Amino acid sequence: MRRVAIIGAGITKFMRRAQETGKELSWNAASQALFSCGMKLKDIDCVSIGTAPDAFDGVHMKGEYLSDGSGAFKKPVMRHFVGGGTGVFGPIHGFFHVASGMFDTCLVVEEEKMSSCHPHPQGAFRTIFDHTTEQPLNPTLIWIFALEMNRYMHKYGITKKEIALVSVKNKKNALDHPSAQIPENITVEDVLNSEELAWPVNRLDISPASDGAAAVILASEEVAYKYTDKPVWVSGVGWNLDTSYWATRDLCYPEYVEKAARMAYNMAGIKEPSKEIQVAEPYDPFSYKELHHMEGLQLCGKGEAAKLLVDGVTQRTGNLPCCPSGGALGVGNPIAATGMMKIIELFLQLRDEAGKRQIPGRPKVGVAQAWGDLMQVGTVVVLKRDGK
Amino acid sequence: MSTKVAIIGIGRTNARSVSPDVSYREMIFEAATKAYTDAGVTHREVESFVCNEEDFLVGYSITDEYTPDQLGAVQKPVQTVTGDFLQGLATAAMMIQAGLFKVVAVESHSKASNVKSLEEVHSFALDPMLNRPLKMSANFVAGLEMRRYMHDAGLSEENCAEVVVRAKRQAMKNPAAAWALNITSKDVLSSEAVSLPLRELDISPAADGAVVVILASEDFAKKNRPNKPVWLKGIGWCSDTPGLETRDWSDAAYARLASERAFKMAGISDPLKDIDVFEIDDTYSYKLLQHADALLFKKAGDSKTKWNELPLNPSGGSLGYGNLFEANGGIKLYEICSQLRGIAGATQLSGAKRGLAMAWRGVPTTTGVVAVLEI
Repeated sequence: MRRVAIIGAGITKFMRRAQETGKELSWNAASQALFSCGMKLKDIDCVSIGTAPDAFDGVHMKGEYLSDGSGAFKKPVMRHFVGGGTGVFGPIHGFFHVASGMFDTCLVVEEEKMSSCHPHPQGAFRTIFDHTTEQPLNPTLIWIFALEMNRYMHKYGITKKEIALVSVKNKKNALDHPSAQIPENITVEDVLNSEELAWPVNRLDISPASDGAAAVILASEEVAYKYTDKPVWVSGVGWNLDTSYWATRDLCYPEYVEKAARMAYNMAGIKEPSKEIQVAEPYDPFSYKELHHMEGLQLCGKGEAAKLLVDGVTQRTGNLPCCPSGGALGVGNPIAATGMMKIIELFLQLRDEAGKRQIPGRPKVGVAQAWGDLMQVGTVVVLKRDGK
Repeated sequence: MSTKVAIIGIGRTNARSVSPDVSYREMIFEAATKAYTDAGVTHREVESFVCNEEDFLVGYSITDEYTPDQLGAVQKPVQTVTGDFLQGLATAAMMIQAGLFKVVAVESHSKASNVKSLEEVHSFALDPMLNRPLKMSANFVAGLEMRRYMHDAGLSEENCAEVVVRAKRQAMKNPAAAWALNITSKDVLSSEAVSLPLRELDISPAADGAVVVILASEDFAKKNRPNKPVWLKGIGWCSDTPGLETRDWSDAAYARLASERAFKMAGISDPLKDIDVFEIDDTYSYKLLQHADALLFKKAGDSKTKWNELPLNPSGGSLGYGNLFEANGGIKLYEICSQLRGIAGATQLSGAKRGLAMAWRGVPTTTGVVAVLEI
C-alpha cells in the first residue's frame, strides 16, 4: 500500500460568532496549511471538504459553496460527511485519494459555521431525529447525551465528580492553544454548580458551539520528502457506523468506536493500544465522552477510564496524555473542524512542534478519534512518525 | 488506472413521480437486494458502503445516520459523500485501489416527492451573502445560463425543444422511466414560461427512485460471478467556481476537465470513435448540448448539428426518466452497464462495448463527473 503523510496544517481561531463567511474560514485554514509547508495551490492535485449539518450554515450543496474557499477551483473536489465524525474522517477520505495512486497530493479542509443558525445552533439538532418516531417528542441533542451519560455512570459506578475532571483538564490544557475559544481554569465545583441543562448534564460538561476551520495537506511518500523531513504518516484508518435505531442499543459502550479503532490499529500494526499509543485525542464534545471513547479506543478496559483520569494518567505529563490540545471542551467544537484540530494536534505533537502543549518523551504514535450521527459513528486515525 | 476495478452488480427501483406507498428505506432495500443478487453476494460480503445524499433534499440533518440499516451495513465502514453517485463511485474505486477493500457498495436515492417546496429548498444552494438577497430561484440561474449559451452557440429555442422531444419519446421505450411523453416542439415552446427562455418542459421533472451498484477489485470480479464484470476504465470529476459572478456562462469547462481526466485514465483519444453509448446530463434541455460541446466537440454550438445522430441517452435522460438529483449519475451508470451487458431490453443498442456516463450536480454548481466503462 502506498504510504501517505501529513506534511502541512493550518487552523483558524475557533469562536462563537465569526465575522467571516464559511468560505473565508476555509480559505484561512487552507492557505495557512499551504504556507506551513511552502506549497502552492498548483501543487495540490485534489481537495476533500468536510463540514457537518448543512442546517448550521444554512446552505444547500455546502461542499460546492465552500469549494473556492478551499482552493478547489477547477480541481477534483468532493465533500465527505459522517456527522460529528467528519473531522477525523476527512484525512481518511483524503488518504484514499493518495493511497490509490490516483493523486499525489490532497488538501483536506474541515469547516463549520454554526453561528448562522438562529436563535441557537442547538435548534438545528432537532432535525437529526427520526421524523416519525422521535421528532414529535421535540427532543434536543442534550437529551440523548444525558441518556448516554446516565447509562454510562450507572453501569460502571462513575460519579459526576469524576467526569467533571475531564472539563477541568481540557479547559486548562486549552489555555495553551492559540485557537481556543473559552479556555479557563475551573474546578470540579464550578462544573457541578454550573447550570443543569438535562440531568446529569451541566453547562460546563458541554463543549461550546463554534465557528472555525482547519486543514491538512496529504502527500505521497516521494512528494512528502520534497517538502518536509518530518512527515507524519497516516498509519491506520478506521470507521464504523452503527444502526440508526439508537434507542435499542446499550449506550454504555460505543461498540462502533471499538470496531473503527480495531480497523485502524490492524492497519497500523498496533496490537496493544493501551501500551503502544503514546498520545490520544479522543472526541470530547461532552465531558464523559472522553472517557467513553478512551474505552472504545481500547486504551483501557470498560468502565476504567475514570480511574486513569483521577490518577492523572491522562494529563500532559502522564503516561497516556488525552486531549493535550484542550479538546472540544477547551478549544471549541465547530463540529467538522474539531476533529481536524485533533489530527493537527497529533501532527504537531509527533513533530515536537506543539510548543507549550508539547508532551514530553518525543511521542511517535498517536490516535485521533471523532464521533457523530445518532450515537452512531466512530472515525479513527493512527498517526506515526519515523516509518510504519 | 493502476488497479482494475469493476462493477459486478447493479440494482434499482423504477423511477416514479410519487411513491406514497414506500419509504425511502424500503426503496433502498429493494435496490440493494437486487444489486447484491445481481453480483452474486449478500450484504455480508460487502465490506464498505458509500452513500450519496444531501441533507436538505432528504429532509433531516445528518442524512448519514439513516444509511446503514436498509443496506445491511450496520457496524460496517459506511460514509456519505454529498455529491453525485459517480463521485461516490470514485471514492469506492479509490478505496479498492488503495488495497484496503475488495467489495464496496455505492448507493443513492431521491424521494423528491416528499419535498413540499422543492424550488425554495433548491434556492438555499445560492450564496447567502451575494445572491439570496436578490430573491432569485435556482431555475432563474438556469434561465440566465440558457440565454447566454444559446447566444454563444447560435442556438434557437427550437434546437433546445428538440432535445426535450427526443428524450421524452425515447423514455417511452424505458419501462423504468417516470416522465415519458409523446410531444412535439410546439408543445415545449408553448409550455409555461419559468424564466425565459427556460420553459416548464425544458426542465427535468423530479422523480423518486433508488440505485445501488457494487464495485469490486479485479480478483473478486473475476471469481465465480454470475454476470460479466463491467470495468471502470476511467473516472474524472471537477468543480469550477461556485460563484455566479466569476463563471463562464456558456462553456461547461468542468465537464471538459472531468472528461479529460477520465479519457486519459481510460486511454481514450477520440470519444466519438472510441465510445459506443453515452449517457450525458440533460437536467435542462440546453445542458445536453452544452455538455456534448464540452465532452465530445470543441466549442459552444459544435454539437448543434451532430447530437441527434449520437447513441445518446437511451434511458431517456433526466428529461424523460426523471431528475433523481444525487442519484442521477447512478441511473446513467445503470443504463450504461445494462447496455454493455446486453440486458437493456427495449432501449438496447447493439454492439456496445464502451460507454460513458456523465453527471452534473445541477444549478448553481459547476460540478461534473465523467465515468468511462468497458466490458
